[in-house]
Amino acid sequence: MKTFKIGGIYLEEYKLSAGERTKVITLPQQVVVPLRHYAGKPSIPQVKRGDFLKVGQLVGLADGFVSANVHSPVSGKVAKIDNALDAYGYKYPSVFIDVIGDDWLETIDLTPEVNHTCELTSSEIIKKIAESGIVGLGGATFPTHVKLTIPAGKKAEVLIINGAECEPFLTCDHQLMLEKGEEIIVGVTILMKALNVKKALIGIECNKNDAIINMKKWAKTEEGIEVVPLQTKYPQGCEKQLIEALTGRRVPRGGLPVDVGAVVQNVATTFAVYEAVQKNKPLIERIITVTGKSMSKPGNFWVRIGTPLSHVVEQVGGIPEDTGKIVAGGPMMGRALFSLEVAVAKGTSGLLFIPSAEAYRKKVENCIRCAKCVFSCPMGLEPYLLMNFGEKMLWEEMEKNQVLDCIECGSCSFICPSHRPLLDYIKNGKVAINNIKINSNN
Amino acid sequence: MNVILISVLSLGGIGALSALILYFVAQKFQIFEDPRIDEVEAVLPAANCGGCGYPGCRAFATACVKAESLDNLVCPVGGAPVMEKVASILGKTAATITSTIAVVRCGGSCEYRPRVNVYDGVKTCAIVHQLYQGETLCSWGCLGFGDCEAVCTFDAIHINPQTLLPEVDEEKCTSCGLCVKACPRNIIELRQKGPKSRRIYVNCVNQDKGAVNKKVCTVACIGCSKCQQVCNYDAIIIANNLAYIDDEKCKLCRKCVDVCPTNSIVEINFPPRKTKTETSSNISITEQ
Repeated sequence: MKTFKIGGIYLEEYKLSAGERTKVITLPQQVVVPLRHYAGKPSIPQVKRGDFLKVGQLVGLADGFVSANVHSPVSGKVAKIDNALDAYGYKYPSVFIDVIGDDWLETIDLTPEVNHTCELTSSEIIKKIAESGIVGLGGATFPTHVKLTIPAGKKAEVLIINGAECEPFLTCDHQLMLEKGEEIIVGVTILMKALNVKKALIGIECNKNDAIINMKKWAKTEEGIEVVPLQTKYPQGCEKQLIEALTGRRVPRGGLPVDVGAVVQNVATTFAVYEAVQKNKPLIERIITVTGKSMSKPGNFWVRIGTPLSHVVEQVGGIPEDTGKIVAGGPMMGRALFSLEVAVAKGTSGLLFIPSAEAYRKKVENCIRCAKCVFSCPMGLEPYLLMNFGEKMLWEEMEKNQVLDCIECGSCSFICPSHRPLLDYIKNGKVAINNIKINSNN
Repeated sequence: MNVILISVLSLGGIGALSALILYFVAQKFQIFEDPRIDEVEAVLPAANCGGCGYPGCRAFATACVKAESLDNLVCPVGGAPVMEKVASILGKTAATITSTIAVVRCGGSCEYRPRVNVYDGVKTCAIVHQLYQGETLCSWGCLGFGDCEAVCTFDAIHINPQTLLPEVDEEKCTSCGLCVKACPRNIIELRQKGPKSRRIYVNCVNQDKGAVNKKVCTVACIGCSKCQQVCNYDAIIIANNLAYIDDEKCKLCRKCVDVCPTNSIVEINFPPRKTKTETSSNISITEQ
């Protein structure tokens, strides 16, 4: 079975919510729609206090190229436009909407029938995706229309659909492939048309056998789409690793996937593209996994963007008693939350309750030079060395040792028998180096 | 006998020849170094802290000797006495130096700004700052992991285990500015030491609106501008919901301290007040 060559680790899967049918989280009383869902500029608010909104109405207009539109996920009245905490604890402008009923815009097609025909041209599709505010739903939330716009002089040859879902615990993409296989395949054909490519590969890890079977069934209906089972190995869902696993090509250092002719999109993004192009529905809801070892009923849920996490927790039956840490996202790359008063963002893929027995970090001990971090690094870096430089704040040395190639998958920190905080220092170094670069450019 | 003579002569010959070569090479490649650089370096504190902006004391001494005037050259560690000595060696006049000191502008101790979550990762402010807002709900204030303490070469700043805030040792602080650079939240500022070390400053850097930060920290500046109204010297600027006292204009009249509703303006090293006003400034910090 295919996989990437360098590094990687094998994790226990804990896919507790696998096969749980998606349920819908009811609407909260108030949603907080962040105007900044992505690594980019916040969008410009298009509404003011007291405005009545319908579901799907434009709330924030993209500001600049790497930015995406934001739409109202609910119908109701704008309570205020103010700064609200995001999952990082920093304040960003957000629109607070008091929910009144559930009144959708007339242009949105709410019929369940799958619409296969798409008459739009490539540029029209990309325009529509940009208008719908679609960002990568895998977690990085990079605007999709930017990814689909191929830089001049380069050519996309293959579209790669990321159904790897290599993080333990998370099952939202898995469930989406089971329930919305047909729609995803239509989404793939739309993306193929947008990119003008003839070939698409859907990479799915072999621990999701039912999803592979389902996707293969639907893939037969269209030409040029192939479902490829992959070995279960972390971090296969990272863009560069997935490209290597599926095509054998390695993205050059500092380059983009399109340098090797590939464009990668997540399955959830593909589904959002389908809904945007065929059903006129902007990105206003997403599927999230709520899970944890001590949860009585882990599951997958459709939730509107902007719903406070406290409301989600309430709907799924409250926090399990022995919870020590709540993580937004998966256990490897997710982020521990400090408060449940933050809203579901476009990139929130899960909510994970970690029992207090496992919540704390273990005691840091000396490096024993076992080189496990070196063997586990999928980018071929030397994490122990980077951490040593990071501790001494030797940014130039870190940069010379290619710290900027790090994809922050956390394999090194996970595998370290001395529990050394390798990734913490590496991330810090990356931020410091980027700050130095920005300052020197000014 | 002959063997000894030959060896002495040949060795001596090689020695003389080498000495000759070395002499000419030394003449050819001689570098003139101003002897005053050594003299200036001798009077500098030899802390090599970099507070002057030069990499080490010798580099600063070289810069002093080369510079036409000493206006922009200040050794923050040595201060006025050292700069006067340097000036007398070089026959120049030293710039007037106002002695400064590092001031930590956050009063959010555990009592006023409760901690709401537990961070158990790497205990450095730089990493915590890029990760999230910190253990308290204030995304501006001190994180309390002591990057300033770690970077100080003079042992002058320490995290108080009770308040989890850094405290500056006035005797030891040389205002070299290393802690100012180390603080990821720009809380530490070099301010004028003031007459008899008396200082007044706004003990907060929170730029959120008053209603927001009042919930987070009871001693936060809420930007109410009461201090600005009462100030007779235009020394207080309100920007981004935050008051700032210009230490050049401040005349240390203490009116602002009295009116501040959140006690976020603090006075240091003033004598105790008369009974009437003593109660109103119940959090003023006394000399350490």
